[in-house]
Formats: sequence, structure tokens, C-alpha cells
Amino acid sequence: MFDLTGKNALITGASGGIGGAIAKALHAQGATVGLSGTRLEPLQALAAELGERAFVLPCNLGDAEAVEALPKQAAEAMGSVDILVNNAGITRDNIFMRMKDEEWADVLEVNLTATMRLCRGVLRGMMKARWGRIVNIGSIVGSTGNPGQVNYAAAKAGVIGLSKSLAYEVASRGITVNTVSPGFIETAMTDKLTDDQKAAILGQVPAGRMGAAEEIGAAVLYLSSPEAAYVTGSTLHVNGGMAML
Amino acid sequence: MSDIADRVKKIVVEHLGVEEAKVVEGASFIDDLGADSLDTVELVMAFEEEFGIEIPDDAAETIQTFGDAVGFISKAS
Repeated sequence: MFDLTGKNALITGASGGIGGAIAKALHAQGATVGLSGTRLEPLQALAAELGERAFVLPCNLGDAEAVEALPKQAAEAMGSVDILVNNAGITRDNIFMRMKDEEWADVLEVNLTATMRLCRGVLRGMMKARWGRIVNIGSIVGSTGNPGQVNYAAAKAGVIGLSKSLAYEVASRGITVNTVSPGFIETAMTDKLTDDQKAAILGQVPAGRMGAAEEIGAAVLYLSSPEAAYVTGSTLHVNGGMAML
Repeated sequence: MSDIADRVKKIVVEHLGVEEAKVVEGASFIDDLGADSLDTVELVMAFEEEFGIEIPDDAAETIQTFGDAVGFISKAS
């Protein structure tokens, strides 16, 4: 089950906690992985840890030209891109009445526009191969909203709409497009929360704990696998029951 | 019939699964040959590969019929 031998996967944000766990999960099932991110050092460390079948592909997703070039670089390095995981994301939180245009634009650019560009960049190869898996990482806040995150929630909701529409267009070509929406996961992003904030959040999580990055990796692995061929346009919520959607 | 037209016809017949006799000069991929919009994208991709040319998006949009395709490729290659 879930054998990815011979498949090549491009993962953005692989220098982060969730991205790294996704890369490890796909790699463990035999995939070759292209690790993309802005910070070279953690990418190289991860590639060294994984050993063979790992390529480092640095890219700043805020730079449109670099984003356009990334799918080609990945295909040159690995031979093709069969699986794309759009995981990279940034936050620029602020209450809406104080939100600056740049805070809005930066978050939309990286979280939504770069996702669109990368999907467009890999589709040609997937169409020819009559096989492809795109997994976009959303967020629970794209479905529920969150104060202080109007920009982030809008971008993540946008990712879900993008995924569903694209799923329609390419379903007949053996390509699936799905979203994994994490709830509260232990990462550098959530480490910044105070203990009081964490306790308040956990009060809303029926599972009574934060999720582990590996639990997102497992969800992405499933949607990337040959076994998930009939699942497309869906959103898989991995949130400990925080929102049952 | 030119070599280019033969090669284009072969791609169209194979990709759309239509009879060769239907692939005539004015045959529209979508209206006459049953292509959907994604098929037309794939046809252009196949033409690019077969003839080693690049067909930009704005040019691709003007290729509506078999004759359009042969005409464009003849000029480009």
C-alpha cells in the first residue's frame, strides 16, 4: 500500500516542520523528493538525513520568476514531477482594521498565487504522463476563520477553491488535486504561542493535544498514493476534531 | 498532401479517436471532432513535441481547425 517507488515529488516549504515531515513520509515510501524552501541550510540537512533520492531546490516563493522556474528545475533534477505538495506558507497576522496592503499582498502571493503558479508549471508533465498528484496544504482557518488572520484565512480558503476547480479540469487525465487542512500542529509557528494561548486552544480540541507534523505527512502520503486515485477535489481535515467538517 | 499535414492528421486521429476522413482542412477540433478544451491543449502539446517547436498560448488560441494547425506549423517549422 502507498508505494511511491519511481515517483518524483516536489515539496515546497520543506525546511519547515510540516514540510520536512511530508518529505520524509513520501521518501520512506520510495519517492524521490525535491526539497524546496528559502533556507538552504535546513534543506541540505534534511537531504543529508534522507540520503539518496533527495534534491535541494532553493526558491523564494515571493519571487514570481523563481516560482515559474522551479517546476523546470525540479523536473531536470528528478526527471519529472509526479507529485506536487504546495506546503510553503507565511503569516503576517494583524487585526483587520490595522492590516496593511503589504501584509495582505505578501500572504496572498506566497500562500495562494505561488501555489497556482506551481500547479500550472507541473501540469504539462502530468497531463502527458496521464498521472499526477497535487496536494495543497490549507489550514483549518480557511474553513473556520480566525481573528487576526483575515489575509491567511482568505488565502487558505482560496487554496481550497483553487484545488476543487482544478480537480474538475484535470480529473479525466488521471490527475488528482486535494487539500490537507491541518489544525493545531506542533511546529515553529505554534511554538511562539504562550502557554495560556496553547491551553485555550487545546480546550477546543476534542483530542486534547496538538497534532504532530508526521500526522500531516501521513495524510499527504495517502493523497499522493496510487490508492487515492478516486479521491479528488476533497479537503482532508487533520485537526483532532477541532472542526468537524 | 504535405508531410506536415500527414503528421498532424496522425496526431489528431490518435488523440481524438476520430476517423481519418473527418480530419479535413476546415474541421474544427471542438465543433467537428469532439475535442474538449483540455484536448486542444494536449493537441498543441503533441504538435510542439512532434515538430520541435514552441507554440505560445496566444498563438495556440488561434489554432481552431486542422487547417489552422497545419498552417501554423508550416510557418513555424
